[in-house]
Amino acid sequence: MDWGALQEVLVGVNKHSTSIGKIWLTVLFIFRIMILVVAAEKVWGDEQEDFVCNTLQPGCKNVCYDHFFPISHIRLWALQLIFVSTPALLVAMHVAYRRHEKKRRFRNGEKIDIEELKNEKFHIRGPLWWTYTSSIFFRLIFEAVFMYVFYYMYDGYQMPRLLKCSAWPCPNVVDCFVSRPTEKTTFTIFMLAVSGICMMLNLAELCYLVIKVCMKEPRKTT
Amino acid sequence: MSWEYLCDLLSGVNKYSTGIGRIWVAVVFMFRLLIYVAAAENIWKYEHDEFECNIKQPGCENVCFDHFFPVSHIRLWALQLIIVSTPSLLVVFHVAYRENREKHNQKLYKNPGKIDGGLLCTYLISLILKTGFEIVFLVLFYKLYNGFKIPRLVKCDIRPCPNTVDCYISKPTEKMIFLYFLVATSCLCIILNLSELSYLIFKHSLKCHLKKYMKKQQ
Repeated sequence: MDWGALQEVLVGVNKHSTSIGKIWLTVLFIFRIMILVVAAEKVWGDEQEDFVCNTLQPGCKNVCYDHFFPISHIRLWALQLIFVSTPALLVAMHVAYRRHEKKRRFRNGEKIDIEELKNEKFHIRGPLWWTYTSSIFFRLIFEAVFMYVFYYMYDGYQMPRLLKCSAWPCPNVVDCFVSRPTEKTTFTIFMLAVSGICMMLNLAELCYLVIKVCMKEPRKTT
Repeated sequence: MSWEYLCDLLSGVNKYSTGIGRIWVAVVFMFRLLIYVAAAENIWKYEHDEFECNIKQPGCENVCFDHFFPVSHIRLWALQLIIVSTPSLLVVFHVAYRENREKHNQKLYKNPGKIDGGLLCTYLISLILKTGFEIVFLVLFYKLYNGFKIPRLVKCDIRPCPNTVDCYISKPTEKMIFLYFLVATSCLCIILNLSELSYLIFKHSLKCHLKKYMKKQQ
């Protein structure tokens, strides 16, 4: 079980997404999950080992590290990716439910082609439109919440080189040095930029779906 | 052998589950297994190396760590995930048994995977066991670690530590956040299991009542 399993679930949803949804999924896989696994995890890999404080007092380093990094960037990103991917499951469940209903009708005597049922692409109409739109809405909310949490927890998006710590048992105000601050800042800004792009794609998809429905309504009435 | 094996097993169970059962499988995959593998494992990776005591006495750190962490949180978490997923296998075995019986005799069941008769009992037992195991593990976590808090500092005076020594746990806040996440997802799974239990009992007792009513009418 790892990011590959998540990928399989999301690829299943891809069939029933709009074009913008497919672009969003590609951006998510290549620029977020892959970057996280291949690069970012290694940059943060030695974060506590190489976090050095200018004191020999045992325990001071642990306490200062815990004070300045209540939850590591890398874990927050992993949580963000999981939460942002979860609304797509709503769509997958709705599609699975519709397939199940069709199979039941088949068992009750209606003629349905099983192969066609497996590969059928459901158009985003009716109740599926509401599920799909809600999933995009929740994605946007989760992205915004996590970006705010990052900003709030780390006072912005820059990783400082030096932190001053006076938490007990440090004997006085001690200088603590973060490992690889520039590299970490670079990746933080990169992940922030890609989050922003994903949010814009989600907004565009939301507008597209709403406009599509609004344009259909006048045609129905005329 | 890794978590993929458990994933394959649970995916197999999904076929014979109700709607709520499928939501339970999704919650276990996304919010428990994936979080465990992608995030939580790394937090506890160097917990012993990073556990530091304010003393140079050899052996004191080892003894104190062992006293405060008889079984590491992350190992208990893994055990919980495995043991809580296992009752679902009862359903898989029962369906396999039904299909095996059909091979040797003529068609006995309209649909071997349909939750009725003996399979319903097995399904209900698996739900009760799942809920039971979840509660047992939550209680175990609570009792072993005096609540779900992880302190920054613990005081230790076990031999060979010469006096009461300050020991510092690494990343306590991050560990606590993920511990609360574990508790929240466990509680969510308990609620899903109880809902599924109530739904199945209600559905089948309604069916029984309707059958009796139809018979009386005839």
